Amino acid sequence: MTQVLGDRRTILLLLAPALTIYTLVILVPVLWSFGYTLFEGNTITGFEYVGLQNFQHLFSDADTREALSFTVRFAVVLTIVQVALGYALALLYVFVLKRASNLVRTLAFFPVVLPTVAVSLLFQQLFESAPRTGPVNSLLNLFGIQSVDWFGSSTTAFWVLILMESWRSMGFYAVLLYAGLIDIPEEMLEAARLDGATGFRLVRSVVIPLCLPVLLSSVIFSINGTLKIFDSVLALTNGGPGSSTTPLTLYMFQTSFAYGKYGYGSSIAVLLTALCLVVTLFIFRSARRDLTRG
Amino acid sequence: MSIATAPSVTTRSSQRIDTQRTTRKKRGRSIGVAVLTTALLVVVAFPLVWLFLGSLKTQQEFLDNPAFALPENFFNFENYTRALTEGNLATYARNSVIAVVPSLFLTIFLGVCAGFALEVMVWKGRGTVLLMFLAGIMVPGQLILLPLFTIYFRAGLTGSLWPLIITYTAVGLPLTTFMMATFFRSVPRELLEAATLDGASTLRAFFSIALPLVRNAVFTIALVQFFFMWNDLLVALTFTNSDALRTIQVGLLGFQGQFGQVEYGPTMAAISLNVAGTLLIYLFLNKRMMAGLTAGSVKG
Repeated sequence: MTQVLGDRRTILLLLAPALTIYTLVILVPVLWSFGYTLFEGNTITGFEYVGLQNFQHLFSDADTREALSFTVRFAVVLTIVQVALGYALALLYVFVLKRASNLVRTLAFFPVVLPTVAVSLLFQQLFESAPRTGPVNSLLNLFGIQSVDWFGSSTTAFWVLILMESWRSMGFYAVLLYAGLIDIPEEMLEAARLDGATGFRLVRSVVIPLCLPVLLSSVIFSINGTLKIFDSVLALTNGGPGSSTTPLTLYMFQTSFAYGKYGYGSSIAVLLTALCLVVTLFIFRSARRDLTRG
Repeated sequence: MSIATAPSVTTRSSQRIDTQRTTRKKRGRSIGVAVLTTALLVVVAFPLVWLFLGSLKTQQEFLDNPAFALPENFFNFENYTRALTEGNLATYARNSVIAVVPSLFLTIFLGVCAGFALEVMVWKGRGTVLLMFLAGIMVPGQLILLPLFTIYFRAGLTGSLWPLIITYTAVGLPLTTFMMATFFRSVPRELLEAATLDGASTLRAFFSIALPLVRNAVFTIALVQFFFMWNDLLVALTFTNSDALRTIQVGLLGFQGQFGQVEYGPTMAAISLNVAGTLLIYLFLNKRMMAGLTAGSVKG
């Protein structure tokens, strides 16, 4: 049997096309990008060897620092908000709505599948202040609060971005965490209830520790996704006002295609990749340490 | 709950008060639940309802009436025709279909084959190759864009939709292969052994036995990949250099510029159409999409 399933010709036939395309279009360009970091220029003007100058520039460039700071701040805040919201929703599904949660779950998941560009343009209109007063500002006016120019300052633009992304993704994390919550054995919850744990106490001392693995993977997915945020920022604020909401992804895109600096653009992309890897490893390790201690 | 099950030692009157208290508490609780759930649904649905209503308004209504006003004429579909013709939305949608359909077919077919070779077939080094595919899921798009741009430019492919088709196919492969390998794990080996004993080659066993067994999974992954490709902005924005090549997402991004001044109606109609397509798929396949997307969540 193993001989038949070990037939080299069949393996080659099934695997070779996928492996070839994957190697040529993903692996080779990744290595190529690392090579680009040592050069400056672009496809049209040609390249020039500059050694480690791009990396030196990377650490002294104020714009990169600003983009890095925005990326990290955004990823941390959004991860906390969307996982917390998703968890709250999942708790609502499991402990309050119970079997009736099916419809609510399906509806709350819908924004997840919507095209990001469409959602961003929609939120631009929802938060519009001039020339037309959008629904959000109209609502504020109703309570006697003056219209806010949401995209005029970096702080408000940041929070509109967070709000939009949370709206888009809370249903997703709710379903992800819901799967972890329904795996908790009913007897365990019953035992805790008999011991007098209810409400918040029950969640904190029993439910959260029991679904910690699912919670952890949600945090990792979330931070990996939010560090790479691109579409929504480009479509909603285009990095503005100024460059105050420009993440590394967008900064890389602008550097490469608007200014034609492929070498520096690649260095930013490498920095972004390293950041994703480091954060994921860090979360994994710190979680493992906690488990052994507890 | 505990009151109902506890052995009754109380007198009848106090029991009645207890029951009354619990029903009142229960009613209060269910009102709270209803309010909470309604609030949640309003938050989810309001932007979309407002969007659809807005797509029926005229430019004059947008400027004169308050943001919450209903459209004056519910059957004003002029914005939709303008978005499709003047706004070129029909062309953009066609480009998206041309780019996504072949990529989807290719990535699924190649990914399923590779998943089978990596999970079911036995050979040295398959673990390493699987890990290599897995690493591809983590790579941010930005890390492959510039070399790919150079390759497509040198090969003279810019100015067509080929760069999109090639890139989508390749970017979809890691996740498809990885998820398919996971699904093939649950196919009983005895079935394949029986097929071999009956004289089928491995290839035959793959197509006639294993593939039909994972049919559902293949469909789910196709749905997930369709979602990623259709909604993609980064790749499409990089490799489409003329208006005639724009996909629906890139087209929508530059939409407001099409009309000179900001025209709300056609923009809202264009967003509505983009949303409606997804809504239609979601209406019928929501369970599958939820299962597929959460299973594919390793892709950031």
